[in-house]
Amino acid sequence: MARVNFDHVTKRFDNVVAVNDFSLEIPDREFLALVGPSGCGKSTTLRLLAGLEEISEGDIYIGDRLVNNVAAKDRDIAMVFQSYALYPHMSVYDNMAFGLSLRKLPKEDIGHRVHEAAQILGIEDLLKRKPRQLSGGQRQRVALGRAIVRDPAAFLLDEPLSNLDAKLRVQTRAELSKLHQRLGATFIYVTHDQVEAMTMATRIAVMNEGLLQQVGAPQELYDWPDNVFVAGFIGSPSMNFFEAKVAGSQEGMHLDTGIFRVPVPASRVNDLLSYLGKEIIFGIRPENICDPECQPASADAAPVTAQVDVTELMGSEVFLHLVAGGKLFMARVDPRTRARPGQEIRVEFDMGHMHAFDPQTEEAIRSKEKGQPSRGQAG
Amino acid sequence: MARRNPSMSGGSAEAPVALALGAARRTVARFPLHVAIIGLMVLWSVPTIALLVSSFREPTAIASSGWWNAIKEPFDLTVGNYQSVLEKQGMARAFVNSIIITVPSTVLVILVAALAAYAFAWMKFPARNLLFLLMVALLVVPVQMTLIPVLRLYTDVTVDAELPLLGGRIFGTSSYVGIWVAHTAYGLPFAIYLLRNFFGSLPRDLFESAYLDGASDVGVFFRIVLPLSMPAISALAIFQFLWVWNDLLVALILLGDPTLAPMTLKITSLVSSFGTNYQVLTAAAFISMALPLFIFFALQRYFVQGILAGAVKG
Amino acid sequence: MLGRRWWTPWLWLAPALALLGVFLVYPVVDTLRRSFLDERSKNFVGLDNYRFIIDNPQPLVSDTHSALLNNVMWLTLFTAITVSLGLIIAVLAGRVRYEAVAKSAIFIPMAISFVAASVIWRFMYEFNSDIGTANAAVTSLGGDATAWLQNTNAPQTWLTDAGPDTLPRPIQINNLALVMVGVWMWTGFAMIVLSAGLKGISTEVLEAARVDGANEWQIFWRVIIPIMSPTIVVVATTLVIQGLKKFDLVWVMTGGRFKTDVVATLFYKEAFRIGDFGVGAALAVVLLLWVLPIMVISIRRFQFQEETR
Repeated sequence: MARVNFDHVTKRFDNVVAVNDFSLEIPDREFLALVGPSGCGKSTTLRLLAGLEEISEGDIYIGDRLVNNVAAKDRDIAMVFQSYALYPHMSVYDNMAFGLSLRKLPKEDIGHRVHEAAQILGIEDLLKRKPRQLSGGQRQRVALGRAIVRDPAAFLLDEPLSNLDAKLRVQTRAELSKLHQRLGATFIYVTHDQVEAMTMATRIAVMNEGLLQQVGAPQELYDWPDNVFVAGFIGSPSMNFFEAKVAGSQEGMHLDTGIFRVPVPASRVNDLLSYLGKEIIFGIRPENICDPECQPASADAAPVTAQVDVTELMGSEVFLHLVAGGKLFMARVDPRTRARPGQEIRVEFDMGHMHAFDPQTEEAIRSKEKGQPSRGQAG
Repeated sequence: MARRNPSMSGGSAEAPVALALGAARRTVARFPLHVAIIGLMVLWSVPTIALLVSSFREPTAIASSGWWNAIKEPFDLTVGNYQSVLEKQGMARAFVNSIIITVPSTVLVILVAALAAYAFAWMKFPARNLLFLLMVALLVVPVQMTLIPVLRLYTDVTVDAELPLLGGRIFGTSSYVGIWVAHTAYGLPFAIYLLRNFFGSLPRDLFESAYLDGASDVGVFFRIVLPLSMPAISALAIFQFLWVWNDLLVALILLGDPTLAPMTLKITSLVSSFGTNYQVLTAAAFISMALPLFIFFALQRYFVQGILAGAVKG
Repeated sequence: MLGRRWWTPWLWLAPALALLGVFLVYPVVDTLRRSFLDERSKNFVGLDNYRFIIDNPQPLVSDTHSALLNNVMWLTLFTAITVSLGLIIAVLAGRVRYEAVAKSAIFIPMAISFVAASVIWRFMYEFNSDIGTANAAVTSLGGDATAWLQNTNAPQTWLTDAGPDTLPRPIQINNLALVMVGVWMWTGFAMIVLSAGLKGISTEVLEAARVDGANEWQIFWRVIIPIMSPTIVVVATTLVIQGLKKFDLVWVMTGGRFKTDVVATLFYKEAFRIGDFGVGAALAVVLLLWVLPIMVISIRRFQFQEETR
């Protein structure tokens, strides 16, 4: 088991910068999720760590060892591929034993380790089968098993759940978390699905266009996104953004979007003082917009009138697609809501959970210490 | 007009009588189709059948009446022609020669091409694409373009030696090694092209997974690539085998010694010395066809795959 | 990949590159060189060897004009007939239940050598109509027996009756007889490849065309043929190369006599019978020049495939 350290790592393919000056320290036993939209460089980062791609600049350490020029097979890591990459001509047992036999382990040792891993994953009765005789979920377990038997310093997982159906994916998420606890190993998990990241990871690193955007615990990223990208990426449905002007004074500050005006809660006035009279990007999550008819108003609630465009019934909640002044935004409200398409309704913005970003840098506007508690539901 | 395909008419809601009538009408309408196909099948098969039947007829019968008369006297068939051709005309030796020439040439091509194809498909090196384009270009170079220099080269480097099996020469003209190497080289562009495309279509993840599992290039090659490429290798083996087995030109130029001659060469000389003695020629031709026909019927699937992949090869 | 030494790929390539260098690349260059030298490759003679091919000074020993014309005929007639027949059979055979058997019958000749095929067809073309199947068929239909492999006359057709007395030179009975043997051997190839292409056309596309109101004939010409055109090109290029290099068949059937020589047989005679390496090399270069366009096409197609992979 070991920590992993990226030190100013850059990867260029011809003229395209896939990973740009990436620095991140991953302590031992962490479950780190690397998330971002497709093409953001997250898979390349993982492949750099695996030794499948060469680093253009910077250093990577596994444990205390600099591995820039160490071949993939000598890095003591195991990887689970999106496609599982099971050897189609070998039985499950041989698939799992392949890496060990290449390392010339004694036969009994290999057998022992394969059976132990198979037991952990509940695939003991599949050992004699060929990959094509397995279901998607079983293949996924074999791929995991192949990593487990190697007892590596770190597990690298590249979108391992994306080929499973929705129900199995939810179930496997929980099992992966359990497996991480049981093995006590470092997991580095690449996914484009922020829900997977939120549910399993101890820490999340968000990437976009080759740049590391923010690293933090799931709740921290949700409550305190550092910039517009992270704010929009984490949480589902994603955060609503409005261009707004900071108006009024220190005593009575409000945001004017040109469509509606909402007051700034006292706790956030100091952050926005220097923006008085200027434009900002105002963000609010759909779950912080509620229907006052079926939910008690919070202290910082601000009423906004909007037209209901579409309603999506999710059972436990309702997504309202709203239009105000030609601007579309979403609210996630109680299923008892009586809002119907075409109606004009009044919703309330819970301004205690407002987010503010600088329109030029798109960075969050807030005092440096993230002291103020701000409670929201994780997505 | 969404006309239903005749073969799926089962689900139609027509009344049974109308259905039967319809089926009958369709059968009548399809009569010309069947005539055309069966006619073509007969036309294509008659020459081979004629050869086969004639090769079992008495020499006097072949010279005096058409092969179709064999039906009238089915018990006059004989294997005498085969005995005579194999023993007196040396077809037995030629058959052995064909095998000695073909088998190593086929094995060598697969081995050398697989190594190169692996490098082309899964290794990075400068000028990789340029080199492969050269390979594609060599695919269509007529073999005639190479024969004069290769013959000159062979006469210069001919090495005589009395060794069993190799026919008195180690290398150069009239040596088995010489023709093995030449056939291997001529087969390479196609073999590399075919295998490289097949290797390249194997999922990259498998290779990376194997590297991570600790396999070296040699390990990946023997334990992952070759086992997974058996369909392509079988197709290539059949293709190359037939190509060498059926070759006349290369053997004609590089094998001067008649005792080493393969069957194609032997039959060609029989044609010029026996002209219309069909009892000799038909039996000889059929002996040379036996193995290809066996391969054709036994391994038709791979054979077809090889042909499909072989489009473009010269 | 990380940790692979720079020379590792070259080690894997070495046997192949060595063989290709010695047996293909060097000989091509050397043959080009020899085509400008005299018959023993001693003295430079400029374009004399090519002039020999163009001027045809020894029509009785090596008739270069007839060989060039015959090659053109092989390229066009052989390719056109084989592709069309292959396509027709592929379409027809796809509509019957005994498709596999039908295709096997057409395909078998592909497995045997041209030498064996030549024996088969010498027997079929035998002049004596008691023995030769072709003449037996002709005479039983009331025609006269023909010496198929020796007859250099143009075939009697409505074209010769209506228009010129004879068809243009290379179209002579024995040449056509040879081409038909080539067709017999290669139709199976065209059929198999085209049939695979046909099977690759989604039935939904054909159904969409039917729904749009096309009849079978229109579907064939306006949907199937355009979709199949890349496959047809592949088949045609392969056949052109075959038609070009045709040696075994002509050599064993007629030895190039009776004006049936092609460039490949003439090359063999000049270089290895007469022993004139200069003219021989020049003839090989003529063959190469003919393949150059195909080489360019296949390189282009390959590059296109790579880009769209």
